[in-house]
Parts: sequence; structure tokens; C-alpha cells
Amino acid sequence: MSVEEQEPQEDAVQERSRGDELADLLGDLVISREEHLNAPGFVIRPDQVQETLFKLRDEAGFDHLSCVTAQEYEDRYESIYHLTKYDERTDEVSIVVPTSKDDPVSQTAEPVFRTADWHEREAYDLVGIRYEDHPDLRRILLPETWQGHPLGLDYDQDRPQIATLTEHANPLAQDSRGDEGNTMFINIGPHHPATHGVLHVETVVDGEQVVDLDPDIGYLHRSEEQMCQMGTYRHQIMPYPDRWDYISAGLLNEWAYARTAEDLADIEVPEYAQIIRTMGAELCRIASHMIALGTFALDVYGDFTAIFMYAMRDREIVQNILEDLTGQRMMFNYFRLGGVVWDLPEPREEFFEKIRDFIDDLPEALEEYHDMITSNEILQARTVGTGVLPPEVAKSYGATGPVARGSGIDYDLRRDDPYGYYDKLDWDVVVEDGCDNFSRLLVRMREVEESAKIIQQCVDLLEDWPEDERNIQANVPRTLKPDEDTEIYRAVEGAKGELGIYIRADGTDKPARFKIRSPCFSNLQTLPEMSEGEYIPDMIASLGSLDIVLGEVDR
Amino acid sequence: MSSEQKPFVTDDTQVQTETRDARMAGADDRFNSKLREAFGSSPFILTKFDKFMNWVRGSSMFMLQFGIACCSIEMMHTYAIKHDLDRFAAGVPRASPRQADVIIVPGTIVSKFAPRMKRVYDQMPEPKFVVGMGSCTISGGPFQESYNVVKGAEEVIPVDIHIPGCPPRPEALVYGIAKLQERIANGESSPVTVKPYELEQFGDLERDEIVDKLAEQIDEDDLVMRYNWADSP
Repeated sequence: MSVEEQEPQEDAVQERSRGDELADLLGDLVISREEHLNAPGFVIRPDQVQETLFKLRDEAGFDHLSCVTAQEYEDRYESIYHLTKYDERTDEVSIVVPTSKDDPVSQTAEPVFRTADWHEREAYDLVGIRYEDHPDLRRILLPETWQGHPLGLDYDQDRPQIATLTEHANPLAQDSRGDEGNTMFINIGPHHPATHGVLHVETVVDGEQVVDLDPDIGYLHRSEEQMCQMGTYRHQIMPYPDRWDYISAGLLNEWAYARTAEDLADIEVPEYAQIIRTMGAELCRIASHMIALGTFALDVYGDFTAIFMYAMRDREIVQNILEDLTGQRMMFNYFRLGGVVWDLPEPREEFFEKIRDFIDDLPEALEEYHDMITSNEILQARTVGTGVLPPEVAKSYGATGPVARGSGIDYDLRRDDPYGYYDKLDWDVVVEDGCDNFSRLLVRMREVEESAKIIQQCVDLLEDWPEDERNIQANVPRTLKPDEDTEIYRAVEGAKGELGIYIRADGTDKPARFKIRSPCFSNLQTLPEMSEGEYIPDMIASLGSLDIVLGEVDR
Repeated sequence: MSSEQKPFVTDDTQVQTETRDARMAGADDRFNSKLREAFGSSPFILTKFDKFMNWVRGSSMFMLQFGIACCSIEMMHTYAIKHDLDRFAAGVPRASPRQADVIIVPGTIVSKFAPRMKRVYDQMPEPKFVVGMGSCTISGGPFQESYNVVKGAEEVIPVDIHIPGCPPRPEALVYGIAKLQERIANGESSPVTVKPYELEQFGDLERDEIVDKLAEQIDEDDLVMRYNWADSP
């Protein structure tokens, strides 16, 4: 694919000069330089993290802390801050902060980017790096009583562990918290119909208003990163992405891994396969947004009523199409490095017909949703002007996807960091600037239309594709062994936002470090910001509008 | 009734847990009606009445609205239109465990969640039934080698029906529920297998290295769940 070939080279040229520019800007702060496949890397001292990041944020415009990766080497610990820009996604830089093995202490980045709060807590929890001056450095995914740091090198998995039940004991026993006023402490979750899974929200209320709110996560921490580090690049990792964002967003997640690993191992994907991927991914996006819509209505109206059922009805159609394509309803495992596993199902005309029927019926279905949801006064009263998330706050928390676009941030990786076939198709990025629950809902509904547009074009392309050029997979070696110490961080636009993956290769056929940047993890961090001072029902609506999926938050 | 069948038990000295004991005590307690206790004699009517009660139980099941992971999405599809579990008299999800008869465990159980799930299960009134949905509730499924995943729901609560799949299709779940109804209607209960993880007071744990380490952090009478990962299957 000629266009794809040219792009990386152009990037490389640009990055080289960009790296020098940034080196000049940072000056003495830089100890040494590294080259990551996606960006220039700068090694800095652990006590100059804030200074460096402030400089990059304020003087070079790096306003998006996409991810914080922590890892342990034989001789040191390392935190990597993956920075980029909301306005220009392809301008990336990695700040590498090594710390000593005996005393892994590093300065926190929380004052610069508030999203670093949770990311660093996760790094502390799983790898064991301590962050100095961090406002609240405690375990985030594992129980407080856990012993050891499981992604460290010397962790013994067979050691017994103890988890307590009393951490968030009977709320009535501690019905006031804080020094003044009649506040009450309420546990919402982890088993609660409104939390969309096993999320636990520790809430302190004063009457009907939320005074303090702390999402407690980790009830579905299935150690996806460990599972991926134990699998081989070629085949064993691909099934797991399906289970991160499990709301039928499987192909979008698989693409995140496929894109990262293909860039890492320098694999070209045939154009035909890219179109199939694009089509499948957008079908997944529709399925995912449908459930977001259904459960949001469920949260706001509080019953298994028409909207939920209608959304499920449309999802069933999408799932049937995806099943025809991949053979599974949810856990597709359809992508392979270098392409997809098999071609479209025969007879192709029937398959296209099925998709066309769905796309043709969609406007009418959406009309129905708009009748029932967005033009309903009750829902408007509940959602317009509630759960307000200003764009600056959203950026500081690293919010992406429909949450960012609902706050007026024009940011979509499909356009800003193009992959697949998106840049050759005609579609628009949906942005609403209401910053409230209603905008986020609208963004999702309008994105469904855009996805339908993309699918339509893909179907047309696939239908006319010459029969002897249907190349679904590139020629990929059976065993992939990327060179030692190659590092890469790549992201795609998942259903919930920027889904990124960092891989460090160590010369074997398995990754040495596999870090997942989950969009929900960052998006959920904005919940206290949206809800504190608001009413409890608005908090539930905000939580619904964030559309989190706990499999991805906890990984 | 299949009460004469002895439940399958492995090493009795190692594992003594309350839920299992309760189930093993004579006939399965869940099927003993209060009327049988009260009338004792006159077996004819009560046999028929028990049968009737079992049939009623099987034909009107309240499920707990309990979503954990991927399988809960397929569970939602099973409740929603097209598959509509309600057609099989088992469709109304209850938000509170106090109102539910059946808990479908739809997903991976991790160390932080297992004590909560046990608590939810304990809050359900007897007779209660458990459907394990998906591979994770059988063995930990794809995450069996993980450091944080409990290797199957049966390590925490007894499971009546296992439905394999990752995730099982809605049809499979419907089939599993139908099988459960059939068993309930016949008054059959499932054998209880080894269940090593139970909530217990921290003070009751055997002292060893990890208990000593945590002694300052946890009160003597706090409920804890201890995971012996090395002994897990």
C-alpha cells in the first residue's frame, strides 16, 4: 500500500527534527535521549518531572498526558509519560524517568496533569514505584491489604493473599464523615444496577447533594496486562483485547493491538483487509453506542422500558452481522497481525444485502430514539446542564472519545492520527459544545450516523473489489521477534475514546511490557469533577453518560 | 428426591465450610417446607404438596440483577427482546438480593470482588440457586493464570448449573435456566464441591507470615477472605 509506506518515513523525518527542537527546549533537563518508534524519548532525573512536564505543557503545547507506563528492568524502575497534543495528535514525546532499584521514588506529575493521579496510583499498585508528593498514593486496583507488586520482576504469584470485606463496611455504622454538617457516607456499588458493572462509588452526601465522591475500582481487575505479557505476539494476545471493552467493541480493541504490533514488527496490511477492518470496527462502534444509549436511558428513566429494548433490538441486528463476519457474537478474535482471519462470508451479496438493510433502516430507528429520548422533556430536564465538564478540565484529566467531544474538544484519532481506511472515506467528527450529559448523549447518537456513513462506503468498495485482489492477510512470519528494546506507544479511537497500547520488546516472541491505556480509566476520573456539589440523581446520569465499561477501567 | 445420593466430597478434614455443611446436613434443606416440619406424618398430602411447591419454584424464578463482566452483556440480551427469558418464567431481574431466588454469576471473579459476591449470595433468602455463566465461573477461563482471578465461582459459592462458553450465547443461557428449572421441579440439588474460600474473622486465621504482616492493618473481628493461590486448581 503505497500511501501507508510513505507516511512512516515522513513521520520519521519530522520527528527527528522535532526531537532536536524539544531537546533544545528542555536543555539541561535531559540526561540522555532514546528513540521510541512513535516519538522521541528524553530521559530525565526523577526529581525534575514536574519542571519538565510544565515546560512541555506550557511552552511546547503538549496538553495531553495520554498514558503513564511503569515498568521494572533488571537494574532500574522506569516511568514513561506519553505526551501528545489535543490539536495535533501525531506530535508525540515520551518522557522517561528512571529510578533506582533500592529506592524507587519519583516526583509526581499530578500538579501538571491531574490524570496522573490515577495513572501513578496504578503504577504504584502494580509495579511498585512510589511518587513523591502524590496527593493520595494508595492501591487502586488491588485490595489495600495486598502484598507485593504483581508486575514487578520478583513477584511470587503463589503466595497467599488476604482481602477484607470491612473496608467499606455497613454504611450506617459511620453515618457521618468529615467534621461538620450532617453528612452521610453511602456506598454505591460494587453490586448496584446503576454502576454499569462492578464499580464502587464512595459517596458522601449532605442531604441530596454530593459532597465528596471517590470511585473505587479494581473489582474486575483481571490482570489483562499480565495475560498479554504471557502470550506470543502472533496469535496468543489477540483474543484478550476483545475482553477489555467487552460491550461488543471487540474489533476496535483488536485494532489497537493490531496497529501497535504491526508498527512494531513493520507489517503492511493489504488495502482490502483494511476496508474489512474499518467496516467491522464501525459496526462494533454502533453496537457499543447502542448499549450506551440503552443503559443511559435505563439510568435516567429507571426501568427496563422501551428505549432499552429498542436499543437491544438494533444491537441484535448488528451482532448478527458481526457473527456472519467473524463467527462470534462478542469475542470476535477476527483480526490477525497483517490482516483479518478470513474473507467476507459467502454468498457475499446476501451479506452486503444484510448490512444495507440495516443501514437503510437506521435513520428511521434513530428518528425513533430522538422522539423518545432527546426530544423528551423529562430527559432534557435531567440531562441538559447537569454533569458539566468544561473542556480545560476534560483535557487535564485526559478525557477522550465522546466524553471529550461532548465538551467541545475536536479530537478523534481516526482523523487526527489516521489508520486503516478512514482517511480515504468521507465522514465527519462529531463535536458538541454543551459540555453536559445531554451533549455526550447527542455525540453518541450522531456518531452512529457517521459510522453508518463509513460502513456504507466500505460496503460499496468491497462490492466492487476485483475478485483476484482480495488479499486478506499479509505474509507474516510464524514467529515474531521484534528487536530488543524497541518501544512503541500507539492508540486507536475505541468506542470510548483513545485506546492506547505500549509495548516493549525484549527480543523474544513475547512482549516484555504490555501496557494498556484505557479510555474509560481516564474518563471515569472526571466523575468527581462533574458530580461534586450536584444532586445524587445527576451523579447517576453523569456516570451513565461517561459510558464506562469496567473491564476496560480495571483491565 | 435425590437426597440419598451422597454429595461428592474430597478431603473432608481440610475443608469445612458453613454453606457446604448446611447443604450436606441430611436432605437438602432448601427443599424442606415448613409444612413438612409441622405435620410430620400424613405423608401422602405433603409429598404432593412438596411436588407442587417445587413446581411452583421452578416456574416462577426471580433472578438477581447482577452484572460482573462480559457475560452480563449476553445476559442482558437474554433478558431483552428476541430471547426474552421472561417467556420461561424466569425473567424479572431484581435489583436486591433479598428478593431474588437465582443468582446468575456472569463473569470473572477477582480477589477484591469475591468477598462482596459471597455477601450478596448470603443475603439471598433460601431456597436459592446459582447459575455459573461462562468459563470464568468454571475455572477462571482465559484468565486462569492471572494473579488476581479466583479460579471459578465454585471456590466461593456453590453452583447448581455451569454454562460453558466465552461468553455463552443467549440460547445457552436459556437452556441452562431451563435445566435448572427442571431440576428444581424434580427437587434435585447439585452436589457441592470443594470450596476453599470462605469469609472468616481475621482473628480466626491460622497465624503465618502474611497474617502477622497484616495484623496491624486488619482488626481481629474483621471479615476477610484468604486466597491460597498455590492450592488453587
